[in-house]
Amino acid sequence: MSIKLIYFAWLRERFGIGEEQVDLPDTIKTISDLFDWLASRSEEFETVMEHRKIIQVAIDQEHVQDADTLIGNAKEIAIFPPMTGG
Amino acid sequence: MPTKPDIRIQAEDFDINAEIKKLTQGRTDVGAVVTFSGLCRGEGDTLSALELEHYPGMAEAEINRIAGQAIERFGLLGISAIHRYGKITPGENIVLVIATSPHRQASFDGANFLMDFLKTRAPFWKKNHMASGDDGGWVDAKDADDDALGKWEI
Repeated sequence: MSIKLIYFAWLRERFGIGEEQVDLPDTIKTISDLFDWLASRSEEFETVMEHRKIIQVAIDQEHVQDADTLIGNAKEIAIFPPMTGG
Repeated sequence: MPTKPDIRIQAEDFDINAEIKKLTQGRTDVGAVVTFSGLCRGEGDTLSALELEHYPGMAEAEINRIAGQAIERFGLLGISAIHRYGKITPGENIVLVIATSPHRQASFDGANFLMDFLKTRAPFWKKNHMASGDDGGWVDAKDADDDALGKWEI
């Protein structure tokens, strides 16, 4: 499944890219699976994914609280650190 | 006429008086206007700028959703929010919230509610640029901001 991944703030800096279109294997069903898959890509991703407890996720621009949330037919998934606006 | 939030995400500064006018001009039902603006602190001259990154689309949508809840919950007559992005130097405006209502309490509460939720749910991130030229890193989220949500009991 082809999906757009978007990264913000220090995740974007650490990965060296703001967004990418990726082909996810069919075995990736949940956000938790996605985190595992990202961690397996490179040392840099693995290091960032060690912070997965604080990393936040939006599926198609809506906040997701639970790592067991199904990705379904999402077009875009953003992952980012806790927000600091205002 | 149903109240619709006026939400803008922009690089440019804003004119507070002009924004108040948009919510009050030509109407006689507004009895209270509460305005909150957030500014960039210099942190004792150690900071040269804040750089604000945001998630286009979602940033507007989240603030719009929170503002809609504020209208409903407090019976506001109007609500505006403007959040800037890009490089902002100490003393400059970052964010503006204006709430209007017939009586003051609803506007105070509405503006407060919107700011509390904006802080923890609107996808913005701040990076410090230090006067010394050092890398100030990304601003950490504060537990106090999460705690502030508790008072709204939702």
